[in-house]
Amino acid sequence: MRGPTWMVFWKGLIPSYRFVHVWRRHFMVWRKTAMASLAGSLGEPLLYLLGLGYGLGRFVGAIGEMDYMVYVASGILASNSMNTATFEAIYGGFTRMTRQNTFHAMLATPLTVADVVAGEVAWAATRSLISGGAIFLVGMVLGAFSPGSVLMVLPVVVLSGLAFGAMAMVITAISPGYDFFLYYFTLVTTPMFLFCGVFYPVASLPPLVQSLVGVLPLTHVVALLRPVANALPVLDVGFHLAVIVAYALVAFTVAVALVRRRIIV
Amino acid sequence: MHPTIIVASNLTKRYGETVVVDGIDFAVGQGECFGFLGPNGAGKSTTMRMIMGLTPRDGGRLEVFGRDVIPEDSVLAAQMGIVPQDNNLDTDLEVGENLDVYCRYFGLSAREREEKIEQLLAFAQLSDRRYTPVTKLSGGMMRRLVIARALVAQPKMVILDEPTTGLDPQARHLIWQRLAKLRETGVTLLLTTHYMEEAARLCDRLLILNRGCILDQGSPEELISRHVEPEVLEIWNRDGMPSLEDFADLPGRKEQVGDTLTIHGFQLETVRQLVVQRAGYACLLRPANLEDVFLRLTGHDLREGL
Repeated sequence: MRGPTWMVFWKGLIPSYRFVHVWRRHFMVWRKTAMASLAGSLGEPLLYLLGLGYGLGRFVGAIGEMDYMVYVASGILASNSMNTATFEAIYGGFTRMTRQNTFHAMLATPLTVADVVAGEVAWAATRSLISGGAIFLVGMVLGAFSPGSVLMVLPVVVLSGLAFGAMAMVITAISPGYDFFLYYFTLVTTPMFLFCGVFYPVASLPPLVQSLVGVLPLTHVVALLRPVANALPVLDVGFHLAVIVAYALVAFTVAVALVRRRIIV
Repeated sequence: MHPTIIVASNLTKRYGETVVVDGIDFAVGQGECFGFLGPNGAGKSTTMRMIMGLTPRDGGRLEVFGRDVIPEDSVLAAQMGIVPQDNNLDTDLEVGENLDVYCRYFGLSAREREEKIEQLLAFAQLSDRRYTPVTKLSGGMMRRLVIARALVAQPKMVILDEPTTGLDPQARHLIWQRLAKLRETGVTLLLTTHYMEEAARLCDRLLILNRGCILDQGSPEELISRHVEPEVLEIWNRDGMPSLEDFADLPGRKEQVGDTLTIHGFQLETVRQLVVQRAGYACLLRPANLEDVFLRLTGHDLREGL
């Protein structure tokens, strides 16, 4: 990274292909406990799906034309992509950055901070993909997803994982300790889980709240996944995709700068 | 003189108001084993981290392999092997896997990796531990693995920050043996230590650092002959401290270190015999070492720190 300051700055944000090695390392570790990890990441969404889909579904019946089980299943698929990527980048990422000094060991090689952060984010998205795939399979058996939609659903899940993984890396980079993450969950991810259309239509909220919720990334993930998973036409595909991509890019840039500030001292 | 591969001039690092490295100058030649000797807090590790490209400098010039050092330079990183002070091994992985991921970070192909892992496990005498989780290794084994890990890309230079701190004498000797072997292959070694024995044993040249400043640099023999007399007679008393006055009549330069009195001079055997005759004192005649140099230059013991 040599040259004029602005160029150094931009180049410092762009990962090289080497980020794959970081991703590969995380995969290697995950493989050791894959079964337990899969069971864990499938358990909670499955409980929501059954508890709310069957339990609440009996009272709600349907939302619009959509059976409540079907409605909530796509919501869970979306929120799970957020939660899985967030947890991985926050707890996994923070442990590797601080307690295990994995980032430091990586930086003693040709890897750069951008490579390391890209590897983390890519891995977080991979975790979203793995558990998203499992949920899709279960939901499909329950009749909540149309089987043919899988090729459109999973890319959206990955994109969502990239965006939420990058956002979580920003928090990881500034966190003084594990307790700090509770603020992020309480102030950011839990509100999104409850207000972004996972369980009921955003349109049922007061107008002011609706416009607030419209700014949040999960709203757009839900807006894409719900029709896509049920082979229905999607409105404003480009807009929703653009919002999620923008979150991913901006968060990644900030995360790289903050991780660099924290460990290259 | 070998070609110079590290040049530092007026190298400076500050953390806030504290000047950790205070404008130091040095040069390291290819194939040399160059040591940084100093107590904790002298600025050794910070200097190493600047050379490794893990810490940006605040002033001065620093070139490695003819390249200005800046953090995250993949080209420089590819030519250096780094042994950090803390064993940042990947605790989620086994011994062999630790080498494997490192090989990948350096971009080695699958075939190169397999060959390298076998070779390095043998070098580190860990061949039978390939599938052991690193958390199950002893301190000495971990250290050997970290050194092996630094060698995956056949570096021209290996930087070791306190390679043997906290190890028992046996483990330390094993590390020294490995490093000597490495030096025979022509690899440049850069190391920090606060063990003068380690510095004397391994280093062709060394630099004595205290509070961010260089006190002197040269070969161990040069430093000793420049600053202290060749022989030291240590005198101690079974009950209480031997006082300077008790030995005022004897020749030589006298120093009080802890509860030991030392006499520095030339051919002290006759003095030793005089001391032996005095009841209640025990003494030891030994050649001067770097510890004495450090004491002479700073007025305090190496292990005392700041």
